[in-house]
Amino acid sequence: MENLIEIKNLHATIDGKEILKGINLTVRPGEVHAIMGPNGSGKSTLSNVLVGHPAYTVTEGEIIYKGKDLLALSPEDRSHEGIFLSFQYPVEIAGVSMTNFMRAAINAKREYLKQEPMSAGDFLKLMREKRSLVNLDSKLANRSVNEGFSGGEKKRNEIFQMAMLEPTLSILDETDSGLDIDALRIVAEGVNKLKRDDTSTLVITHYQRLLDYIKPDIVHVLYNGRIVKTAGPELALELEERGYDWIKNESN
Amino acid sequence: MNNVQEYIDIYDRNKELIKEPCAQLLNVAREKAYIKFKALGFPAKNDELYRNSDIVKQFDVDYGMNLGRIQTVVNPNDVFTCDVPNLNTRQEFIVNDSYYKTDKQNKTLPEGVVVGSLNEIAQSNSELLAPYYNSLAESGDSIAQFNTTFVQDGLVLYIHKGIEVKETIQLVTILNANIDIMSNRRILIILEENASANLLLCDHSSNEHKSLSTQITEIFLAKGAKLNLCEVEETSYSNTRLAQLFVNQQECSVFNHNNITLTNGFTRNGVYVMLEGKAAETDISGLVINDRKQHTDNHTLVDHKVGHCTSNELYKYILDEESTGVFSGKMLIRPDAQQTNSQQTNRNLCLTKCARMYAQPQLEIYADDVKCSHGSTVGQLDENALFYMQQRGIPIDEARHLLMYGFAGEVIERIPIEAIRDRLHMLVEKRFRGELNRCKGCSLCKQ
Repeated sequence: MENLIEIKNLHATIDGKEILKGINLTVRPGEVHAIMGPNGSGKSTLSNVLVGHPAYTVTEGEIIYKGKDLLALSPEDRSHEGIFLSFQYPVEIAGVSMTNFMRAAINAKREYLKQEPMSAGDFLKLMREKRSLVNLDSKLANRSVNEGFSGGEKKRNEIFQMAMLEPTLSILDETDSGLDIDALRIVAEGVNKLKRDDTSTLVITHYQRLLDYIKPDIVHVLYNGRIVKTAGPELALELEERGYDWIKNESN
Repeated sequence: MNNVQEYIDIYDRNKELIKEPCAQLLNVAREKAYIKFKALGFPAKNDELYRNSDIVKQFDVDYGMNLGRIQTVVNPNDVFTCDVPNLNTRQEFIVNDSYYKTDKQNKTLPEGVVVGSLNEIAQSNSELLAPYYNSLAESGDSIAQFNTTFVQDGLVLYIHKGIEVKETIQLVTILNANIDIMSNRRILIILEENASANLLLCDHSSNEHKSLSTQITEIFLAKGAKLNLCEVEETSYSNTRLAQLFVNQQECSVFNHNNITLTNGFTRNGVYVMLEGKAAETDISGLVINDRKQHTDNHTLVDHKVGHCTSNELYKYILDEESTGVFSGKMLIRPDAQQTNSQQTNRNLCLTKCARMYAQPQLEIYADDVKCSHGSTVGQLDENALFYMQQRGIPIDEARHLLMYGFAGEVIERIPIEAIRDRLHMLVEKRFRGELNRCKGCSLCKQ
């Protein structure tokens, strides 16, 4: 099977400080990878670099996604090519309604794929259908993006957007943070329902908890800007039990 | 101060020509205003109230003035068809500085509504307007005095007690001449007890030449009267607009004002609201979208003279390229104005390093039992929001438009008339996309 994404010797800095120090990671279609690691190990930097956040600079290495040089693509085009980031801290956008926001996103993607804009009727139908996937209140659709949403609503809204855009590679950046057990289950069920054989997921998390619901095929530990350990799902359970110190000791 | 002398000379030389076609009411006020203007001159650069707007420079151009009342050849109904969809409006026109009479205006308004030429009504029904004309602007600054000195016509809207005019009245002001031209126009609005009206003022003073207009509006709202006033400026980069709006509110009256500056050159809008009757409500807002070297100055005063009144103020600016915005707003809560509820907000976006915003919110409170707040911010578009939208596939330019549109929307949402609100949403969106220069229906526009 061809690789969906291949990250080779990736080095990245922010404000001149090197955070990623040679990441190697390959994800094939259909796989779920978990990336775990202590605070400050570079997990969020990795997700930001994948989506082209302008604050980060790639100093070395390459990323091949669907056979293309990902780093040469603009953030918009990465999105159009099927990369989706569920933000750790979803941004509030005053004055822009969820409906207008989503319509702009959907139609930009359709334009990139040389498709006609979606009709208003089809669009609203799609919104309704996908909203029910994460039990998102219809009232939220008329509100400004994330404005006045609770922590749980914001995370559900991320998964709702993911459902609308049908990405090939979803990156869930600490989607479990700030969620109670019920909200966590709704979010995870949403992610699982969206999973297809040809789509892949990168789950970035501190804790095993989320992985009870979203079952990873492979678990990586990121420490000090490098992947220091890769194993099956049992690694997550071991980390839950033993913490990260033994990994730190092993790698230092 | 040479150009002050120039205008004094123009007046001295043409006094009889100016007065001849005009009503006594206008001419009596004119004499007094002339003396005041002569003493005051134009606001100097060190005048605190005009610190960031150089008025003297605006009068440097050798503008033509139509003092002899030469009839205009422009028929606004032929050249101007700026209809607001879904809104049945009664259209009135001021072409250059004269009220324009058309046949179309013979539609029947409810009895007790007087609308028409200021000069004509001041002649035919002088006692109706006498208690009002210039009674607010009399104490105004030199721009008001200048206008009163030279003004010869304008619009009157007088609504008798208890009459509610449902139909929106639209007043379009047009400047059209083949020379640099100045227009001094006047709007007088009187709503008697419990009367109500909706008024849309469209300033289309577009000209291929330079133009300057002074516009003084005096509004009287008697007990329980209600006025929605929406002003839209879509002039040109070579236009100067010096507008002042004076409002006197009596008990339980409601005033809603939205001032939208879409296209302009140099604009100074003054809004002066006097709350004289208890439980009056006023809501004033403004939206400025400037680029190139456009300059917009909004200067407001809400004077709480008595208690139990509510005032709400929201002004927002979006400044691109090398444009300049000025906002100075004062809320004055006098000692007798207990139980006042007053709020002022000013938010500004500077999209480039060269765009400049001067903001001066002021709150003066002399009463001790009031609820007042004010706030002002200047910032850029939120980088995090832009990136969030890009991640969802929205191109950066589109993302910027959405954010700006969202920012502007808060002001437009305050317009009480749905059809005008919809229209402005559309105009603002087009303005951001650079598609708006003029209404398509207006063949006067060469841009």
